[in-house]
Amino acid sequence: MSLLEVNGVVAGYGETEILHGVSIVLEKGEIVTVIGPNGSGKSTLLKTIVGLVQPKKGQVSFQGDDITSMAPESIVRKGICYVPQSSNVFPSLSIHENLEMGAFVRTDDFRPRLAEVYGLFPDLAERRREMAGRLSGGQRQMLALARGLMLDPVLMLLDEPSAGLAPKMVASVLEKILWINSTGVAILLVEQNAREALKLSSRGYVLASGQNQLEDRGQDLLENPEIARLYLGG
Amino acid sequence: MLEQITHCLPLRLTARNVVLAGLLVLLVLALLSVVKMELVVNGLFLGAILALGAIGLTLVYGILKFAHIAHGDFMTWGAYIVFFLLGSVLPHSTGFGPFTFGYSLFIALPLTMMAVVATAIILDKAIYQRLRRRAVNTVVIAMTSLGVAIALRGLVQVIWGGGTEQYPRLSKPFYQLPMGVKIPPDWIFIGALTLILVLALYQFLTRTKMGKAMRATSDNLELARVSGINTERVVWWTWAIGAALAATAGVLLAVFQAQLFPVMGWKILIPLFAAVILGSIGNPYGALAGALIIGVAAEVSTQWITPAYKPAIAFAIMIVTLLLRPRGLFGVRD
Repeated sequence: MSLLEVNGVVAGYGETEILHGVSIVLEKGEIVTVIGPNGSGKSTLLKTIVGLVQPKKGQVSFQGDDITSMAPESIVRKGICYVPQSSNVFPSLSIHENLEMGAFVRTDDFRPRLAEVYGLFPDLAERRREMAGRLSGGQRQMLALARGLMLDPVLMLLDEPSAGLAPKMVASVLEKILWINSTGVAILLVEQNAREALKLSSRGYVLASGQNQLEDRGQDLLENPEIARLYLGG
Repeated sequence: MLEQITHCLPLRLTARNVVLAGLLVLLVLALLSVVKMELVVNGLFLGAILALGAIGLTLVYGILKFAHIAHGDFMTWGAYIVFFLLGSVLPHSTGFGPFTFGYSLFIALPLTMMAVVATAIILDKAIYQRLRRRAVNTVVIAMTSLGVAIALRGLVQVIWGGGTEQYPRLSKPFYQLPMGVKIPPDWIFIGALTLILVLALYQFLTRTKMGKAMRATSDNLELARVSGINTERVVWWTWAIGAALAATAGVLLAVFQAQLFPVMGWKILIPLFAAVILGSIGNPYGALAGALIIGVAAEVSTQWITPAYKPAIAFAIMIVTLLLRPRGLFGVRD
């Protein structure tokens, strides 16, 4: 039994179908990257897993449980956290309150986790009472990751966590992702910075026009001349 | 608390802002020397009542993303339920303490809040929730609420007629305040109750899990859902708070005007929306500030123009806000 199994998922918004039968598998503790051109359905795939988009066909199962048509607010209780690409913080809430919302479904004492997360993101700790809307793009991305971590998740779905960031911030975000993974959290990553992301990943999927094109080890995808030409910018 | 409030505002304590604030205070002082103090005080009390309506309206807008046009008629509905309870159910009483109304009002008010909350939740279950589930355009939902507004007012007229009514009252002398300001004793009740409710709401929104979840949902519905917040429950809480505040606002308006009539809430809808827009849509503290500004501006305007134009002042402020600063005074970029 794999941690996450997406099987032949067909999904979209209203009449528009974006995923035409996508399948991916993720094992416990893995980092897997999904790459592909704009509009290939990468973000829709993540939204379908987390329940924001209801699939028309296919199945999503997590730790053996069928979560295909569950609501997002139930799926998060299974230990899956989703960090969208944009609008991924609550701008009028303070940094601290954003983190509390990350732990919304937790009924146990999450203060140790809070201390740990502040330790990992000292910039956020310093500004904990400030409104998230005041943060810069890079800091928001950090807060979005931190918010996700508050769940103490089994699986994190990250939609382009480094999009639009300065190179230094990109390195910093990827470094945090590696650290998160080292604590045993499985990560499904959608990335524009495909080269950097694949370096971190054990495996990668190539998605195009809402269908699986290829699946391989991260390193092999990087070395595949066809992939390099099409998706990694030469 | 002060620190938290300043954090909610898009202002920092920079030298420039301090100077601007100083100039603003000077401007206000200059205006006060021309303006009759009595009108300012009237405006503040009217503004306090408007605030209770506007806070509910802005919360509903923030969570449900539609303009709830029936909000004014929720106020009317509340005012009339109290009228019914005072006249037909509760023992007749007037002149409680310094006030014109009797102790029965203190029993009638919470009962009425509950009744209006029930009305709001029934309406949501019967109408708005169905429209939400069908992902209907929010303009359609707003127009539906216009229908609800007309129906609710019709119901009031069918039950109580179209005339002007009064709560049982005993005339009391006004309080004499410095600077030639006279206020009816009932206004103390209006001010105190508004203050208590606003502080309670502040505590709820900043201290409780549901309050924070409400603010989170207002910021970003999808992110709230993937955080595990049951947004339908948030919607119900929003209706409950909005309706309870609207009911109170209606009753206080009836006390303030010393009369009630079927279009009292409808007539106040423009000032409510003006306050919401001025204070940035979705921001309850902004709605409070907006309502106080609208209240004072409308009252003070009567020094120079006929009182009949009071609603036009609110309308003018709304238009100017939309033209110059559509985000409102407290808008935060997303």
